[in-house]
Amino acid sequence: MSKKIMVSFKLNGTQTDVVVEPRELLIHTLREKCLHTGPHIGCETSHCGACTVDVNGMSVKSCTLLTVQADEAELLTVEGLAKGGELHALQEGFMQEHGLQCGFCTPGMLIRAYRLLQENPNPSEEEIRYWMAGNLCRCTGYQNIVKAVQYAAAKLRGEAVQTSHPLMAEILAH
Amino acid sequence: MIPRPFEYHAPRSLPEAIALLNEHGDTAKLLAGGHSLLPMMKLRFAEPGHLIDLGKLTELKGIREAGNEIRIGAMTTENELIWSDLLQKKCPLLVEGARQISDPQVRYRGTIGGDISHGDPGNDHPTLMIALDASFVLAGEHGERVVPADGFFLGTYVTQLEAGEIMTEIRIPVPAPGNGYCYAKLKRKTGDFATAAAAVTLRMQGGKVSDVRIVLTNVGQTALRASAAEQSLRGKLLDEAAIDEAARLAMNICEPAEDLRGDIEYKTAMAGEMTRRALRTALTRTAQ
Repeated sequence: MSKKIMVSFKLNGTQTDVVVEPRELLIHTLREKCLHTGPHIGCETSHCGACTVDVNGMSVKSCTLLTVQADEAELLTVEGLAKGGELHALQEGFMQEHGLQCGFCTPGMLIRAYRLLQENPNPSEEEIRYWMAGNLCRCTGYQNIVKAVQYAAAKLRGEAVQTSHPLMAEILAH
Repeated sequence: MIPRPFEYHAPRSLPEAIALLNEHGDTAKLLAGGHSLLPMMKLRFAEPGHLIDLGKLTELKGIREAGNEIRIGAMTTENELIWSDLLQKKCPLLVEGARQISDPQVRYRGTIGGDISHGDPGNDHPTLMIALDASFVLAGEHGERVVPADGFFLGTYVTQLEAGEIMTEIRIPVPAPGNGYCYAKLKRKTGDFATAAAAVTLRMQGGKVSDVRIVLTNVGQTALRASAAEQSLRGKLLDEAAIDEAARLAMNICEPAEDLRGDIEYKTAMAGEMTRRALRTALTRTAQ
């Protein structure tokens, strides 16, 4: 058993200290020590993207980062997206455009899309598909995820947004 | 999947990292982006006693032009390569190659130096580096040495990097304006290694090939330079017959391992097809 190390990072704006073995992966620290269970464990082999969190302005698969590597880092997880009880534009977009079914991949999708829109506020469909390719979804077929990201991008640019989903539009009209 | 216990070191300078590497000898491994090493450690294929994290060595990051060379810090990430204005303008082959590596999240972490030092024939940078005639700066206790990419890769996971050495920089001669280039890569899905890939750099003069490099990925123990294929093209018109002959000669040197990506015959055929595609595309991008 190797010596434990204290690691300090900012988690969704809150200064956080944890004591971990060097071999502990960030996903386990977040879920088991910080009780942030938004980031999910999907494949554990850096393929699926369900564990994606934002680390110092980069989308990172937290199953493939040691917690000790996150020392002094700024972390953002899905728990940090909604502010003051109001959904983030991306969360609203995923709801309005039916960008999820089972929801397992969604926290990773949201955090990845958050960074993508920070870097490129007006991505084309092709750019969304290319830069979201590290997140797998087994329900939606991706079409509605692309629409959800487009919805959020438009809202964040200050444009009027409306769901493209026929049933949702009908519900909202009543 | 959690790695075996190890001691973690996060040196703040290159000399400190080299000293740690020498102190712990072959029980130590260097951690760059960690997207090859950590998966191997999780599967217990790698079980280092000491992990030396290069993540805090900002001196190993960055892309700059120095005289007629582009110099890239070994800890520069794939996304930093893709977003570099300098590379987009002066070395677009490297950008085209990096864009085809793994997926966005992995590209935020994966580094050019890690990709090269790892010595995995499935990695793309070894091929790109040989095609670009790059050289590598290796730093050790007794100073640094510069070795060419062509000849650096000795076998699967085996390179000229010696115990106690750290790759610090990649040096690429600025490609002459008008040179053609292409990295043609076949993969089954995002995030997969190449089934086969080919990098081409091309210079034409008076309608004929004046210089060409053809290098193949994941069809042998290392990245393979298709020297006979290159030789067959020098001084020739780059027509379909010449391209076919070069692809045939490139296929001759392939010794791929059969796996889920395909059998030997299929992978060899795909290496030929990637060679054809890379040559055709490089030609269209060449100023005659």
